[in-house]
Amino acid sequence: MLLLILKRLGNAVIVLLAVALLAFTIFKFLGDPVQLMLNPQATQEERDMLTERLGLNDPVPLQFAKFVFNAVQGEFGMSYRNQLPVMQVIAERFPATLELVLVSTIAALLIGLPLGVFAAIKGGTVLARIAHLVSMIGVSVPAFVIGIVLILVFSIELKVLPAFGRGEVVDLGYWTTGFLTASGRAALVMPAISLALFQISFIMRLVTSEMLEVLRIDFIRFARARGLKARAIYFRHALRNCLMPVVTITGMLFGDLIAFTLVTEIVFQWPGMGFLFVQSVQYVDIPVMAAYLMIVCCIFILINLIVDLIYVVVDPRVDQLVRGGSNGR
Amino acid sequence: MAVDQAPTRPSLSQRLAAAWDSDICWSFRHSPLAIVSAALLLLVAFTSSFAEVLMPQNPFDMMQLFLDKANLPPVWLEGGSWPYILGTDMQGRDVLSAIVYGSRISLLIGAASVLLSMSVGVLIGLLSGYLGGIVDNLLMRLGDAVMSIPTLLVAILVSAIFRGLLPPEFRDAFAPLILVLALTLTSWVVYARMVRAVTMVEAGKEYVLAARIIKVPRRRIILRHILPNVLAVALVTATLNLGLAILAEATLSFLGVGMPSAQPSLGTLIRIGNQYFFSGTWWIVLFPALQLTLIILAVNLLGDWLRDALNPKLK
Amino acid sequence: MVGWKIAAVLAIGAAVTTPAFAETLRWAPQRDIVSMDPYSFGDTFTLSVLNHVYEGLVRYDETLQIEPALAESWEVVSPTKWRFKLRQGVKYHDGAEFTADDVLASLKRVSDPTSPLRGNLPAYVSSEKIDDYTVDINVTENYPLLLNDLTNIHIFDGGWLTTNNAEAPTDVAKGVEGYATSHANGTGPFKFISRQPDVQTVFEVNPEWWDERQHNIDKIVMTPITSSATRVAALISGEIDFTNQAPLQDLPRLEATAGLKVLSNSELRTIFFVLNQRDKAFESDVTDKNPLQDIKVRQALYHAIDADSIQKVVMSGLSRTTGSLVSPAIPGYVPELDERLAYDPELAKSLLAEAGYPNGFSFSFLCRNTEFVNEEQICQAVAAMWSRIGLRPNLNLGPTTIQDAKFDAGQFDVGTLGWANEPMLDSYSILVQVVHSKTGNAGVFNWGGWSDAQIDANIDEAGRTVDRATRLDLQAKALLRANELSMFIPVHQQPMAWATGAKVVSVLQLNDNKARHWLTRMAE
Repeated sequence: MLLLILKRLGNAVIVLLAVALLAFTIFKFLGDPVQLMLNPQATQEERDMLTERLGLNDPVPLQFAKFVFNAVQGEFGMSYRNQLPVMQVIAERFPATLELVLVSTIAALLIGLPLGVFAAIKGGTVLARIAHLVSMIGVSVPAFVIGIVLILVFSIELKVLPAFGRGEVVDLGYWTTGFLTASGRAALVMPAISLALFQISFIMRLVTSEMLEVLRIDFIRFARARGLKARAIYFRHALRNCLMPVVTITGMLFGDLIAFTLVTEIVFQWPGMGFLFVQSVQYVDIPVMAAYLMIVCCIFILINLIVDLIYVVVDPRVDQLVRGGSNGR
Repeated sequence: MAVDQAPTRPSLSQRLAAAWDSDICWSFRHSPLAIVSAALLLLVAFTSSFAEVLMPQNPFDMMQLFLDKANLPPVWLEGGSWPYILGTDMQGRDVLSAIVYGSRISLLIGAASVLLSMSVGVLIGLLSGYLGGIVDNLLMRLGDAVMSIPTLLVAILVSAIFRGLLPPEFRDAFAPLILVLALTLTSWVVYARMVRAVTMVEAGKEYVLAARIIKVPRRRIILRHILPNVLAVALVTATLNLGLAILAEATLSFLGVGMPSAQPSLGTLIRIGNQYFFSGTWWIVLFPALQLTLIILAVNLLGDWLRDALNPKLK
Repeated sequence: MVGWKIAAVLAIGAAVTTPAFAETLRWAPQRDIVSMDPYSFGDTFTLSVLNHVYEGLVRYDETLQIEPALAESWEVVSPTKWRFKLRQGVKYHDGAEFTADDVLASLKRVSDPTSPLRGNLPAYVSSEKIDDYTVDINVTENYPLLLNDLTNIHIFDGGWLTTNNAEAPTDVAKGVEGYATSHANGTGPFKFISRQPDVQTVFEVNPEWWDERQHNIDKIVMTPITSSATRVAALISGEIDFTNQAPLQDLPRLEATAGLKVLSNSELRTIFFVLNQRDKAFESDVTDKNPLQDIKVRQALYHAIDADSIQKVVMSGLSRTTGSLVSPAIPGYVPELDERLAYDPELAKSLLAEAGYPNGFSFSFLCRNTEFVNEEQICQAVAAMWSRIGLRPNLNLGPTTIQDAKFDAGQFDVGTLGWANEPMLDSYSILVQVVHSKTGNAGVFNWGGWSDAQIDANIDEAGRTVDRATRLDLQAKALLRANELSMFIPVHQQPMAWATGAKVVSVLQLNDNKARHWLTRMAE
């Protein structure tokens, strides 16, 4: 058990190093920091000085080691565009993204689970088919299309929900939250829906297929034979047996969503990390890009690790195939 | 259809193949959604293949864009005029032509990236599963690393890096290739893991052992005996992933890191049209969005059907 | 959980929130300001926003004439020396007194060799303190436009700069981190409260402002909204009160919406194409020379542009098609400048053939995608027009900072430039910064090595001429000569379009396209 945990941790470190290498590559190849940081009027002497100060004359492996060393301490340098420390810029944006992802995930579970059970129980009926078709549409409509349509309907025509931003936020020191104000909660609705739609459909489909599998297993048939009520069978026995994969997938989707919010954030001008990232890509703000990549991957790996460990604890038969299918988006 | 390549044990080949074949046909005939989806995709594929002949305009050819034909509404509205059936955008680009040419780009990039990642994934999966040991470990760790970075991020970064490396005059010309590579880099792992699992099962089966005993070369065992068995799995995954690939390309283009506005894909068209959404020229964004959604939906429905049809367990 | 709630409730009272009381102006520009430091970047929009916090010695009044601000009066002591009497009793937002030392510290900072803004004060030599409220500024001989330059040299608090180690301009090269980048302390009508780049910047009224308060705004919340569709949606649904960048294509819809008002006019800024004149083309299939050096080729490019269609379609009829590099409102403009070369693609083709390029040639065409009004669409439309006379432009679009770095490095053949003659409001600005060849302080924006000895001579002489009429005559001569040579290809004076929501009663719009919210009235 301990050995397994250590092995997983070791894997995570290796993967993080690989990600760091990618981030470092961006630094090396995506643009000349000296050119990007200086005024065009800068003299050659100033250029040389900056090159030296940034350590760009060091051998490449040493530069990489320094990069990793600084990254571990959360030191990613200054944003070229804002001239502010990268970590400060990202930390300001992080709560917005996390709150959005959190709300979407909860919504996806609250809606996706019951719908999935419903589709499995009513398998073959017209209603179940409709539910299935709706879930197919849910995974097929691009998030940005949903966003645009939502804005048109609810902001422009009905004027009930805000078209952009987070509304009023409350500053709790290291965290700003939109949960505590009416406008903050209203601002969350549309981005959360457009982000959650894929998840809802995904979870629904997963629950349906897991339920159908479980319902074929002997102990369910046995329970049926014993004359247990249908509802008890479905919810007490069948659903419980397929919850674990759902938790796994939800955990993994959560990590994926942190990255995927960037589309939603662009459409709704949501002041989160994804919005920051897309802008930094457009402006070649390399320190921000590298830091964002590292941070999102850390979160992603951490969640995967936790899910893996829970899985190991609960069900020793770790199913690689389930893992393999989870990140297909 | 690709069905005649579907896997069966070689020993029973002909008879079983025929049975599978008819099974699928039966299933297809009785799935109206699959029929409609297939018809829709065929229509899109046909129109975009013969776009030069069928469409009134080549929207990529700047010489055919005239400002005095800009912002025309669809023909059924007042002010619309032939041959601009779905109207024109602010550059005088015919929306229908742009959609058809854009669908071609979206489909080609989607299909190419799926084929490429399937080939790479199947190859790696076969090697990994058959050889095992250190090769397996190394390849699978690489897969883990790729899977640890959210796909969208990798795609954005890879396309940004390639675009940064290429001189500007090649950037537009190579944009589709960059997208294919970016999407492939992130999606081969799914195939590799699946094929590896199947390969490990197959490699342990008696017929492979038998082949080994009579000293059939390794390469031959993999290609002749194992490959056909893993292809079915790979193909189903490929169909299911095609929708995701098209969606991913559209997303990148919508974010402005995909296809350039001079040769727009559906995602690019939606990005450009989105700026004009409230000014009354809704047709610039609505029709491309509709087309994109329909294509992805059709592909997904078809993939869904194919998976069920090839998976007798769920019947 | 309970503790967390209590903490939250307490925080509501103390923390920075954005309560929507009546006199809050919610302002949504298309992009954020670059920095809070007015010397960090010579960006007109950034300076116009910072002008709510910082002020110069002089300022433009409502008719764009110069009037006193932090200086009460001035006199020319000698051809190289100006004496300014400073306003007394002015206080900075932190309570510090405004004195001559602040002016000296500010002028030292802005004229530092590493200062990105030093081009905005080209004739500055040095300054001396005479007494606490008198300052002498030494300039190059007979320089006529010092006051115009000083309108946008915002005056810092010298003591505040010293305390926060920000006396030198922000310079990433030397690792000088800028306190002034994210903090501000000025004398202006509004105090800087908080800023999260690209998300929100908040200002509050300065009740101690020295000037008479004409506005009734308590707070300005500035939230950039990049997407034009979202900006329009926010205006229509009443989430914002003001935008200084209403998308042209949406103006009819905005005008038709009850409660919304649109203010549009043509701006001072002229949009034109610059043509690289170096000996070798940057990126072309003509490798041994630069076709653009041939005046016939330049004229062909000019004749191929259908400016009326651009005006009608791309600019929704709101731009002012022009042949002049400067707007009629700018001193130095003469009506003869406005004659365009006629739109004539056939003539363009034959000019190309005469120049030896009957089959055209390829070239790089560099444009930004967000800087000027509909710049991307203009470039696409013009690229199509040039294609039709057989040329092969490679359109390269990107964000401003990226593209400007390429322009600055000369990595282009043809590109766009927009010049408003800000803050000088005189054609000397474009002449000395763009048209003049790159020598000394002149030609900072001479990106393509264009140069003409006669033009340079005219400009140099104008820079030494105090008599206004003689000077403007020289400047008009230089502009006419540039026209004759087809050195640049003017397109139009771009339109500006603002929109206000129901709560805004009046906003002053001048054609320098700068919002002046210290003159804005909102519904009580």
